[in-house]
Amino acid sequence: MIEKSLFKERLVKWVLVLFALSSLLFLFLIFMFIFSEGLPLFLKVGLFKIIGGSKWAPTKGFFGIFPMIISSFLVTFGALVIGAPMGLSCAIYLSEYSGKKMKMFLKPALELLAGIPSVVYGFLGVIYIVPLVRDYLGGSGFSLLSTSIILGVMILPTIISITFDSLVSVPRTYREGSLAMGATKWQTIYKVILPSAKSGILASFILGMGRAIGETMAVIMIAGNALKIPGSILDPLRTLTGNIALELSYASGDHRLGLFSTGVVLMVIIMLLNYVANFGIKRKIAK
Amino acid sequence: MLDHRNFVIDVQGGGSTAGIQAIMNNTVSIGMSSRDLDDKEKMLNTITICHDGIAIIVNPQNPVRSLTLQQIRDIFSGKIRDWKELGGIDREVDAVTREEGSGTRSAFEELVMKGKAIDDSIMVQDSNGSVKEVVATDPYAMGYISLGLVDQKVRSVIVDDVAPSIKNIKTGRYKIVRPFLYVTNGELDPYAKEFVNFVLSKDGQNILIKEGLVSLYD
Repeated sequence: MIEKSLFKERLVKWVLVLFALSSLLFLFLIFMFIFSEGLPLFLKVGLFKIIGGSKWAPTKGFFGIFPMIISSFLVTFGALVIGAPMGLSCAIYLSEYSGKKMKMFLKPALELLAGIPSVVYGFLGVIYIVPLVRDYLGGSGFSLLSTSIILGVMILPTIISITFDSLVSVPRTYREGSLAMGATKWQTIYKVILPSAKSGILASFILGMGRAIGETMAVIMIAGNALKIPGSILDPLRTLTGNIALELSYASGDHRLGLFSTGVVLMVIIMLLNYVANFGIKRKIAK
Repeated sequence: MLDHRNFVIDVQGGGSTAGIQAIMNNTVSIGMSSRDLDDKEKMLNTITICHDGIAIIVNPQNPVRSLTLQQIRDIFSGKIRDWKELGGIDREVDAVTREEGSGTRSAFEELVMKGKAIDDSIMVQDSNGSVKEVVATDPYAMGYISLGLVDQKVRSVIVDDVAPSIKNIKTGRYKIVRPFLYVTNGELDPYAKEFVNFVLSKDGQNILIKEGLVSLYD
């Protein structure tokens, strides 16, 4: 009897291990695939000509993606400028001020926000944000500004949920100590709670950046996709993800390889961001 | 008319380059393309099934009704940036082009740009449909799409005093015209041959006419 149940225990364990490792396997396969398709062009054209080059005309032999790297960072930064204050405020309200009832209403609403498909965000952007920007601020409306607004909203759930978790995990004794010293609630929040949750909050911003830089569908629909580095927030721009999605269906030969090279650059950027975010989270846990 | 009810044809989209690529790899019987073959593809054979005009489109609210080919070239090469220079209002032109590799774009580059590069500041959309959508919603936009897709949401402009119409394409007066090709590799199999014959027959051509394309015959 005992032997039998022991066998079952072991079997379950190994099945779980197998499935757990398979997710790692997928990551590995994606890695292999992107790099094996993307690296040959780096060898052929040269690393600097690709990531430093400013002209993208793959059918004519130019593979410069420097403007797209800059544009990707610009929209990501723009998204953060719009999303970070909103997300941080929302998380502070949720963890420090809101009552139970409000929390029960707000939390599911935020989860719903996270579940809305990006094409819907893109559609809303094209229908409402783009014409608003065009009519009141000028330009075509397909712009850095419109894209930043939509991405700012899209990264809200990421920022709120991680910031909320790190605020809640600040020990109760910190709050009590601060309040006992005569500090007001707001003083406690910005002098005690926010500094002790700092690394978690930073990690939420960085993960939000990762989400923004990787977003594709909504971006293609509202960014305008022009190849130039935008000169103002009202100019159109093309991101790394947008470049791949726009051109892949028609690409062949070196053009196709060029898109995979774009993917390699994107992947390296996202890996760096995740590494930095994990580093931030680990420090929080170590504390 | 022959009854083709028992014919099953698998059709796949993806654009001209994908079509040519597929026939080169012999994964299909017939590849379709809306651009001519380039030098590396010259060993394939082409059958022209019809012609398609490329219309230069603007928003219906736009007062500009007529442009010269030179003006269009200047807009897309970034030389002209304002509608004022074209007899319109004092507002920047929001020009939209297609993405690199698109058949419509390469036809536009050949027929309109004539070797001049499309400027990097021009917006890019990845289908005829989204170019049309941008032009339909932005009163200052300009783009180019297949003539068969022009409807009341956008207005095609008169180019060098010639309106883009089936009649003007047939008489050769409207110049921005490209062929729609069937691309084949070596000998066609009998079924594929029968299909091509149908497309080239009167019945087949009538279907193309209904889609707004220009048939081979009068």
